[in-house]
Amino acid sequence: MKHVLGAVCGASCLLLAVPAMAETTLTIATVNNGDMIRMQGLTGEFTKKNPDISVKWVTLEENVLRQRVTTDIATKGGQFDVLTIGTYEVPIWAKKGWLVPLANLGADYDVADLLPKIKDAVSVDGKLYAAPFYGESSMVMYRTDLFDKAGLKMPENPTWDFVIDAAKKLTDKSAGVYGICLRGKAGWGENMAFLSAMANSYGARWFDEKWQPQFNTPEWKATLTTYVDLMKQAGPPGASSNGFNENLALFNAGKCAMWIDATVAASFVTNPKDSKVADKVGFALAPNTGLGKNANWLWAWSLAIPAGSKKAEAAEKFIAWATSKDYTKVVAAKEGWANVPPGTRTSLYQNPEYLKVAPFAKLTLASIDAADPNKPTVKPVPYVGVQYAAIPEFQGIGTQVGQQFSAALAGSMTVDAALTAAQSSTEREMKRAGYIK
Amino acid sequence: MARMATRQRVVVSTIGAWFFGFLIFFPILWMVLASFKTELEAFAIPPSFLFFHWTTENYATVQERSDYLLHAMNSIIIAGGSTLIALLIAIPAAWSMAFSPTKRTKDILLWMLSTKMMPPVGVLVPIYLIYKSFGLLDSRIGLVFILCLGNLPIVIWMLFTYFKEIPRDILEAARMDGATIGRELIYVLTPMAIPGLASTMLLNLILAWNEAFWTLNLSTSNAAPLTTFIASYSSPEGLFWAKLSAASTLAIAPILVLGWFSQKQLVRGLTFGAVK
Repeated sequence: MKHVLGAVCGASCLLLAVPAMAETTLTIATVNNGDMIRMQGLTGEFTKKNPDISVKWVTLEENVLRQRVTTDIATKGGQFDVLTIGTYEVPIWAKKGWLVPLANLGADYDVADLLPKIKDAVSVDGKLYAAPFYGESSMVMYRTDLFDKAGLKMPENPTWDFVIDAAKKLTDKSAGVYGICLRGKAGWGENMAFLSAMANSYGARWFDEKWQPQFNTPEWKATLTTYVDLMKQAGPPGASSNGFNENLALFNAGKCAMWIDATVAASFVTNPKDSKVADKVGFALAPNTGLGKNANWLWAWSLAIPAGSKKAEAAEKFIAWATSKDYTKVVAAKEGWANVPPGTRTSLYQNPEYLKVAPFAKLTLASIDAADPNKPTVKPVPYVGVQYAAIPEFQGIGTQVGQQFSAALAGSMTVDAALTAAQSSTEREMKRAGYIK
Repeated sequence: MARMATRQRVVVSTIGAWFFGFLIFFPILWMVLASFKTELEAFAIPPSFLFFHWTTENYATVQERSDYLLHAMNSIIIAGGSTLIALLIAIPAAWSMAFSPTKRTKDILLWMLSTKMMPPVGVLVPIYLIYKSFGLLDSRIGLVFILCLGNLPIVIWMLFTYFKEIPRDILEAARMDGATIGRELIYVLTPMAIPGLASTMLLNLILAWNEAFWTLNLSTSNAAPLTTFIASYSSPEGLFWAKLSAASTLAIAPILVLGWFSQKQLVRGLTFGAVK
């Protein structure tokens, strides 16, 4: 018996040792968004083509992922081979030498096919440091039935005046329908993403050319006053704790006449499985005030290789596969054209099959084209980024300001007090970081 | 009359206890309910309590998408391993401090507790670098080690207070009856210390099971316990409450069952005292 046990133990040890040879295992860190989960499910298609590579997925909550990946990359821990990061991180990390430039994506990758605005957002000095997996801007999603009933017609490029007026007319609190749903939850990627983009359309900016915070300007005051007044009159109750998901649920349940948020939401609100209003949604560009900028942002979840990875070659192969034209075809074949990751390639918006199932395609593309991370607002700025400033300090500053503005929306602070607090906290942080004296 | 009053009091306190018990349990109940809703229903305002379309699709999705057993096994190994090692170190330490204290014992105890006062994120980068150099990143041993160190002060403190409650006179009496040290340990001390040991062990197990800073930051995939499993179901763009609830329910199930079976020990341990 003893001998048998010994033999079994020995054999299993050998078995454990053998398969590790000659195989590269990629560890990929990502967030739990529908398109990423779909990519996870299609890993088999990649490993079929590359039998010497196997893939391990680490899915984390967005903020946990950011912290986890930052620690690893700053210490060159080498725990990850492919990272999912946003357009905010790419320029900052690339300048620190934390990312490997993507120079070998292959002959048939067709870099020129990437949407120019998106490509700019993930490039530094003309070099691609991340490959966009899906891109988004923001736009107005509205209920065509409610607009028809009220005798209103949404223009393709509406002004804030029109949107505010329509929101007030469409609000019917007794029926539980609110004119407009907007983000209110504090956070640099939550309410500040929306408010920074809205401020751009009002001609406001985060910093002037000398990095001086601008919350004491009339443009910011106009932005915040309009936002708070609009939400008080035509927004849902408790809006100061609403983020993307809360508003998505409200819109899908038929409680919002308009919702301005990520273009990627368009495929959710038109999906009859999840949405009660799937066949009654129209789309328009985010509003403007006639100053030449619309209130829409630009973001792309992108795949990048950290400088600490020892498997950069295999990692680049994976990135090339996941962001290629062929990948969209694989998704389309398995899950239908409506489910392909949007907002990265020009060819997708010329594909008649995609255009047939995606009524939002035209406006998604127009919205992405209307945002310019290098020239986000009316006046010149020293930073890159539409709804953020791509400096490491922005996460902290943005969230702090977001808390003040969320408090103004909740009514626990006046608009003026919120702006003063935002100005002084931002000034303090910018002084501490050495941007201003 | 007196009896009536007592009875009334019993009824009132029973109702009160149930009410507060329900209040405390409610978030967990809500989570379990949400795990059987569709995503849209989980987000619905006003929320539906029991009358919704019950579905198990969230559990199916969670099963399909992640390796629950691997994460659960990691949690068991990490929580169990760190608890056992912490007890092995803490028992002799607490024992010596309780039964033969020196004039520095109090300072040592306070010093140990002071290590818990620093926020862990303050040492994240140094620990990460050390772990990187020793190849301990994403390893079960590494996580056992860090959780064991993290909980050690609490374990020593708890055991110390339990041991201190054991009257020395009982030991003397045993000695006078002719017990050797070994017999004294087995027949006199151990039975008196077991409730204290058991509750310390359980509390430490629960703390280690729920620990979500080090386990998230030092693990990647191979050693990732259930905390990572839960964290993977939160989504910035897309509804996720129902699936997250299903994942959380699965994650707390083992420890909930353990707590259920051992609540007698837990309560006894927490109110333990040889002369009470």
